[in-house]
Amino acid sequence: MSDLAAAPATANPTPRKPGNPIARRRWANFRANKRGYWSLWIFLAIFIVTLGAEFIANDRPILVSYKGELLIPALVNYPESRFGGFLATTTYRDPYIADEIAANGWSLWPPIRFNYATVDDALPHSAPVEPSWLLTREQNCQSYSLGVDDPDCIWSNYHLLGSDDRGRDVLARLIYGFRISVLFGLVLTIVSSIIGVSAGAVQGYFGGWVDLLFQRFIEVWTSIPALYLLLIISSVIAPSFWVLLGILLLFSWVSLVGIVRAEFLRARNFEYVNAARALGVSNPTIILRHLLPNAMVATLTFLPFILSGSVGTLTSLDFLGFGLPSGSPSLGELLAQGKNNLQAPWLGLTGFLTISIMMTLLVFIGEAVRDAFDPRKTLA
Amino acid sequence: MSASLLSVRDLGVRFGDADAAKNVSFDIAPGETLALVGESGSGKSVTALSILQLLPPTATLSGHIHFKGQDLLKANPADLRKVRGNDISMIFQEPMSSLNPVHTVERQIGEILAIHAGLRTNAARARTIELLDQVGIPDPASRLAAFPHQLSGGQRQRVMIAMALANEPDLLVADEPTTALDVTVQAQILELLISLQQRLGMAMLFITHDLGIVRRIAERTCVMTAGEIVETNSTSAIFENPQHAYTKHLIAAAPRGQPPETRPDAPKILEVEDLRIWFPIQRGLFKTTVGHIKAVDGVDLSVREGETLGVVGESGSGKSTLGYALLRLLSSKGRIVFLGEDIQHLSWKAMRPRRAQMQIVFQDPFGSLNPRLSVGDIIGEGLKVHFPHIDATERDLKVSKVLTEVGLSADLRYRYPHEFSGGQRQRIAIARAMVLEPKFVVLDEPTSALDVSIQAQIVDLLRDIQARHGLTYLFISHDLKVVRALANTMIVMRDGKVVEQGPTEQIFASPTVAYTKTLIAAAFDQTPIGAPSENRS
Repeated sequence: MSDLAAAPATANPTPRKPGNPIARRRWANFRANKRGYWSLWIFLAIFIVTLGAEFIANDRPILVSYKGELLIPALVNYPESRFGGFLATTTYRDPYIADEIAANGWSLWPPIRFNYATVDDALPHSAPVEPSWLLTREQNCQSYSLGVDDPDCIWSNYHLLGSDDRGRDVLARLIYGFRISVLFGLVLTIVSSIIGVSAGAVQGYFGGWVDLLFQRFIEVWTSIPALYLLLIISSVIAPSFWVLLGILLLFSWVSLVGIVRAEFLRARNFEYVNAARALGVSNPTIILRHLLPNAMVATLTFLPFILSGSVGTLTSLDFLGFGLPSGSPSLGELLAQGKNNLQAPWLGLTGFLTISIMMTLLVFIGEAVRDAFDPRKTLA
Repeated sequence: MSASLLSVRDLGVRFGDADAAKNVSFDIAPGETLALVGESGSGKSVTALSILQLLPPTATLSGHIHFKGQDLLKANPADLRKVRGNDISMIFQEPMSSLNPVHTVERQIGEILAIHAGLRTNAARARTIELLDQVGIPDPASRLAAFPHQLSGGQRQRVMIAMALANEPDLLVADEPTTALDVTVQAQILELLISLQQRLGMAMLFITHDLGIVRRIAERTCVMTAGEIVETNSTSAIFENPQHAYTKHLIAAAPRGQPPETRPDAPKILEVEDLRIWFPIQRGLFKTTVGHIKAVDGVDLSVREGETLGVVGESGSGKSTLGYALLRLLSSKGRIVFLGEDIQHLSWKAMRPRRAQMQIVFQDPFGSLNPRLSVGDIIGEGLKVHFPHIDATERDLKVSKVLTEVGLSADLRYRYPHEFSGGQRQRIAIARAMVLEPKFVVLDEPTSALDVSIQAQIVDLLRDIQARHGLTYLFISHDLKVVRALANTMIVMRDGKVVEQGPTEQIFASPTVAYTKTLIAAAFDQTPIGAPSENRS
C-alpha cells in the first residue's frame, strides 16, 4: 500500500548481488528437507565412488612399474608379450605374471582384486561361497597352495559379500552393477525428458491441429505393449546397453509430454507471454525464455521418480533375463541368482538391500525436489 | 454499549510475526450500516473474516468479539456453526468462485435452509423461490435448476445474497460484494442490498475500498490502514471534515486533471475502418458455422498524434479485444492504417519491426511480468529484439534511464517482480513499453487493479510521459473518472458496437445515448441510496 515509487531516492542504493532470488529460495527449501538433502549427498558419494569402479574392484593393478617403465593396466590393455608371455591380454592374477612383475618392479592393486567377470579359482569350496567374515582365516585360505601363510591369501582376495554361483565376487559385481544401473537410468531419463519436453512444448504452444494429431499419435503409441515388443526384439538381436536403451526410450518419452503440454497450454495465454508477443519476440525465444521455466518445475519434480523408475525397469528386465547380455554386472541378475540359490541367502539379501536403498535415496531426493519447487513454499 | 448488536474490542490478528490487524474496535447497532474502508492490505477483510472465524488456522486471534452477549472468540465450533449463516451471514467478493459450480441454484440455497431452518423438499423449494424473487431474479421458478455458469455476474451475486438472507440474519457481512461487477450492475446490487436491509431490519458491515460506495450506503464509516482503524465517524462527517491524515489522503486521491491540449491538425497515427472480430460458433460433425459471436462489430476510429482516445465499456463490450486487434495480436477484418500504412495484411514476421512503434500495457501488473526474470531483463527484452546492435552496457544504460523516467530507482533493475507492490509493477510494465520509444501505446485498464491513491499516481505518470514524448494513447477502461482525466476523445462501446463517440468533455456534459447516461450516473452519483432523494429518477 505504501508506494515506494513515490520516493525513488529512498530505495535501497546498494545493487544487489546478481542471481535469481527464487532459485536461492528453492535451494533453501531443498536444504530444509534434511532427509532429502542428506540422501542427495549419500547418493552422490556412492555414485561418484562407483564411477571409478575400475580403481576399486579390478583384476588388474592400478599402477605397475616394470623394468623402469610406469604402466597403467587399469586403463590400458597391455599384451602379455610386454611381460614375456605370448597372450593378447595379460592375466595379472596369474602367478607367473605376478612373480615376473614382482621381480622387475612393483604393482599397486585396487582394494578388491576382482572385477565383475573375474572367476576366482581359489575359492574355499564350490561356489556360491558365503561372505568371508562368516569363515575363519583357515577356511578362507584353504585353497591356496601355502594355506594361511600364502602371500596371496590377503584381505583383498577375500569375498566380503561372498561369491555368486559362478565364483564371481558379489561386491565387485555390485559396484559395477550399481554404476551401470544408475548410468542407464540417467541416460534414459535425460534423453526421454529432452524428447518429452520438446514434444509437449510444441503441442502446448502451437495447439490446434499440431496438438490434435500429436495427441492421437501418442494415444496409439502408448497402446503398444512395450514388454512384448521387448521380448520379440531381444529374441532377434542380442540386447546391448544401447539397444536396450533405444527400445525403452521409444516408450518412456511419453511420460512427460502430458505435463509439459498442460503447463504450456496454461501459460501461453499469460499476460507476460502476450506482452512478449507485443514486443515482437520470436516464438522460439518465447518458448525458451518465458514458457519453458514454467514447465521445468513440473519436469524437475518428476525427474528423480523417472530415474528410479528407469532403474527399476532395467533391474526387472535383467531379473527376467531379457535385459543386458549375460555376464554383464547387473542388480537384476543378482536377484535372479538369489532366487535360484536359496541356500545362499547373501545373494538375494545383497541385491534386495542395494536396490531398496538406491530407490529409497532417489525417492527421498525426489520429495525434497518437490518441496523445493512447491510454489506455495517458494512464493509464500 | 449494551445497545450494540456486534461489539468488537481490541481485536488483533497475527500471521506468524506479522500483524494483519491490531487494536480494532467498533460497534454495530441493530439495523445500522457500518462501512469499513481501506486499501488493499489494510486488514479489512481479515477483520471481517475473524468475526465468523473463517481465517486459516495459521492466524492467531486476540481481543473480544461480542455478538448478542456471546463472545464469538471463545465460542466452541458447534456454537459458531449455529451463528454462521443463521445470525450472521457473509457475501464474498467474487461471485464466480464463491458459488459451487457443480450444484444448481436450488441445491445451494436449499443446503442453508436445511441446515439452519430444517426446511426440506417442497417447503424449501417454496422458500427458495421466494428468496430469489426477493433478490430480483426474474422468473425465479425457472432458474432453480440453473448452474452458476448459466447466470451472469450480477445474477450470481444476487443468488449469493439470497443465500445470505435465507435465514434472515441479524448481521450481514458484505466483503467487497460489488467490486467484481460492472458499474451499472454495481448500482443495482447496492440498491437491492439497501432495500433488503430496510425491509428485514438487519445490520450490515460493508467492506470496500471504494469511497463512492461508502458515501452512498453507509451511516457510519471506519477507515482502516496498516491493520488499524484510524478514524471512525458518521459518513458525512468523514467526507466533510476528515480528521486523520490518511483519510484526507484517501479522499483527495481520486484521479484529477485534464488531458493535454492537442492540435487539431496533427497527423493521424492510427485509422481504423469497419473493424470486425467475429468468433465463429461451430456445431455438428462437420463443424458448420451456425453463427458468430461478434466481439467487435464494425468499429471505426482514428487517433491523432499526441492525443488520447478513451475506450469505455462494461465487461464483455469488446474493448480489450479491440485493443489487441489494433496491435495485430488477434486476427480481425477491416482496415487498420498505422502511420500511413495498412498493416492488416502484414505477416507476423513483417509486423515485428513495426512493433517497436506500437506497444501495450496490460491490466494485471501481477500477471504481465515474468516472475523469473529480473526487472532489467524484462525491460531489456524488447531492446534485444528491436535494437540488436546495441551492447549490454548501452542497454543497461537505457533501462536505467527509463526506470528513472517512470519514477523508480535505477538500482531496482536487479530485483525481481515479486519484490514490488502493484503500483511499482505497473510502473515497470510502463517502462517496458516506453523503453522502445513507441509512437502509439494501448493502455488496457492499466489502473483498474490498483488502489485509488496509486491509480492517481499512475494517471499522472502517464500524462507526464505523454507530454514529454508526444505519445498517442488508446486508453481502455471501465472507470469513467480515469478516462475523464486522460482522454481527449472517447468512444463508448456496448456489445462490440460503438454507441457514442466524440470529445470527452462533450460526452460527459451532454451524453446523447441512454446507455452513456446510465454509465455516467452510476459512476458519479453520490446521493445516498435509500435516503429520500429528489434528483434520482
